[in-house]
Amino acid sequence: MKKPVIAARGLDLTFETRDGPVHALKGVDLEVCKGEFVSFIGPSGCGKTTFLRVVAALEHPTGGTISVNGMSPDEARRSRAYGYVFQHAGLYPWRTIAGNIRLPLEIMGYPRPEHDKRVQEVMKLVDLEGFGQKFPWQLSGGMQQRASIARALAFDADILLMDEPFGALDEIVRDHLNEQLLALWARTEKTIGFVTHSIPEAVYLSTKIVVMSPRPGRITDVIESTLPKERPLEIRDTPEFLAIAHRVREGLRAGHAYDE
Amino acid sequence: MTLVILSLGFWLVAYLLNNWLANSRWNASRWVRIMVPAIFGITVIGVWEGLVRGLDVPSVILPPPSAIIARFASSTDVLWTDFVQTFVKGALSGYFIGTGSAFLVAILIDRSPFLQRGLLPVGNFVAALPIVGTAPILVMWFGFDWQSKAAVVVAMVFFPMLVNTVQGLAATEKMQRDLMATYSAGYWQSLFKLRLPAAMPAVFNGLKIATTLALIGAIVAEFFGSPIKGMGFRISTEVGKLGLDMVWAEITVAALAGSAFYGAVAMVERAVTFWHPSQQN
Amino acid sequence: MRAVLPILTVVTAIVLLWYAAAIPMNAKWAREQAARNDVTLSLTELVADTWSQDRPRLPAPHQVVAELWKSTGEMALKGRAFSKRSLITHAWYTLSATLLGFVIGTTAGVLLAVGIVYNRAMDMAVMPWAIASQTIPILAIAPMIIVVLNSIGISGIIPKAIISAYLSFFPVVVGMVKGLRAPGRDQLDLLSTYSATGASTFWKLRLPASMPYFFTALKISIAAALVGTIVGELPTGAIRGLGARMLSGSYYGQTIQIWSALFAAAILAAALVAIIGLIERGTLKRMGMEP
Repeated sequence: MKKPVIAARGLDLTFETRDGPVHALKGVDLEVCKGEFVSFIGPSGCGKTTFLRVVAALEHPTGGTISVNGMSPDEARRSRAYGYVFQHAGLYPWRTIAGNIRLPLEIMGYPRPEHDKRVQEVMKLVDLEGFGQKFPWQLSGGMQQRASIARALAFDADILLMDEPFGALDEIVRDHLNEQLLALWARTEKTIGFVTHSIPEAVYLSTKIVVMSPRPGRITDVIESTLPKERPLEIRDTPEFLAIAHRVREGLRAGHAYDE
Repeated sequence: MTLVILSLGFWLVAYLLNNWLANSRWNASRWVRIMVPAIFGITVIGVWEGLVRGLDVPSVILPPPSAIIARFASSTDVLWTDFVQTFVKGALSGYFIGTGSAFLVAILIDRSPFLQRGLLPVGNFVAALPIVGTAPILVMWFGFDWQSKAAVVVAMVFFPMLVNTVQGLAATEKMQRDLMATYSAGYWQSLFKLRLPAAMPAVFNGLKIATTLALIGAIVAEFFGSPIKGMGFRISTEVGKLGLDMVWAEITVAALAGSAFYGAVAMVERAVTFWHPSQQN
Repeated sequence: MRAVLPILTVVTAIVLLWYAAAIPMNAKWAREQAARNDVTLSLTELVADTWSQDRPRLPAPHQVVAELWKSTGEMALKGRAFSKRSLITHAWYTLSATLLGFVIGTTAGVLLAVGIVYNRAMDMAVMPWAIASQTIPILAIAPMIIVVLNSIGISGIIPKAIISAYLSFFPVVVGMVKGLRAPGRDQLDLLSTYSATGASTFWKLRLPASMPYFFTALKISIAAALVGTIVGELPTGAIRGLGARMLSGSYYGQTIQIWSALFAAAILAAALVAIIGLIERGTLKRMGMEP
């Protein structure tokens, strides 16, 4: 068996708020292997984003264990093991697109001569060639989000964590970016953790779908996708796709059942 | 009397012209946008001239613009000396020392949230106080020459600049700070790559407020004692001698210097914060 | 509330720094006195002396507080609150001129702002000048206004009030124009679908929407009005008001008097801004807007 890239066991995270403790994560067990594309899906408050942030060491668990690349999340962060894509592109408006993509390279101290080569490479990966000298506010939302993905790809991290990266975009742009993301994943063989609240998006992209439910945030189902690695957009009309989507929906409903 | 009627007529014509221009279909054009306020300014000066001459207002009360211009032209050397003394030596040096030190202090206290919570309200409080009142004390400490004026300017610009810079440094979004954390960026890296650039709009806001304060501080401090030159000195002595044309000439210099100073800072701001939504029309 | 401890820390630090600074500032005089009297001061004696001189270069905080008390509370207790030597009298002279000017300036400012918002020609002609006026040191014409008005027989409160009026005028104009224009396209469009009149648009939408801007401008303009009055008190031969106390203090080297006048002015400014802040809170809360 392959060694897991991300391994969580009995993970708990409780926020203390004025209205008492909130159990953002409770007893979460999960293993993610190298090269997998894992989606986290569930209603808001189910802890999907929190889990991703724990992996990224942006939050710290209050119980259980988690390792990333065999290290603690904080060690993994310090060894720059992952790239993180936020819901909003969050590009620095005072830097050009190329300048934004170069930002992690500067911070992580990559040798200067390498910068331009890497920036060119990832801009090609996300189809932004020729836009390097533009400023973020001169581009559309979809292009900005592609630039932010390029920014996360520019350095050598083999994990890519994406927190609803396409949530703010319209459906047509989103379809297009989903296709591109799959192609990119195939080329780079990264391990991807992807938070979404769209069932078709989760099913279309993932090799593994983690269904979560809120109060307390926990995993209710883990679905291994049976879809082939090669996925044209039309695959979304096949019975196999619809079957998986159905199971995800059932999982979501089950999580909600004793809540209302 | 004819002059009075003439100037009232002039005012009416100018008003109708402006009204027509402002409601015409070219009212969004750059040309009209400059013309309308310019016509208004010229009208004020014209009516002032006409009324003062027509009503024989004594020049110890209000000199006509033509007399002020004549005085301005004939005493450029004195005006220049005063300008150098008050603006270049007093206001500018105090401005750079005051805003510069406030900027550095802001970066220092930015490291401590505790100090921030304490200094921000205190700074806001002090920024609303009549700091000009420290002028007599500072004149006593630093003597009559420009050093005391610079000191007053430092006292006046320090806190507004401090408050703006601290707020600016705190103005980054949580997401942007998280991004820096995922890169495991160090303190200085996140300061130089993220927080300082993000703070620039607020920093320039402070710098712009400080331009006006600097000139006010330098001029008012001279009312409490100065060598026999300087804009504030000239204003207070010429007022005593009822040489109002000279007073108005000094005020013209102060106005020109003030708006040029502000304009210069605003131009640098435009170059530095070109990316900010407020700079994009 | 969680800001109380940090604020107290900062204020304590400032007071301590002040005491510390008073030592080197006043040490020279203390040593000279000691040398004249042929005594050598121990360190404690030196420090004690620097904090208790009659005319120190930098009076210690407790000296300023004592002088403030002596010229306000103590005189009030003796029933001489409004005597010529009481700081209350001088503060009142300054305050009355400030308030009069503030009311005039604010009223005029609001009226001009309404004119600018409703009249395109006024907007295009006046607004650039109103904005430009904020970049120039208009305070410089204060002495001239005092002297000119004096020469035509107007003295007392009016000249000072005029200065504070025009200093408080421009911030209100600029703030109110921004405020009256604060309602968004949607909100204005909604009222046009009701075919609302200009007057009801003003009372029901523009004016309420401008309130936060109005109060922000008021705080700036009351502080400016106070500075205007104080500066206006300088050239008249320094008889009445806090500005006069500062000037006469600086003539006679009465540093403690200057500092206490300065503090009185600071307390006055803080109180005025605080009162406006309270009114702002109350008004905005009643209107359902949290400040």
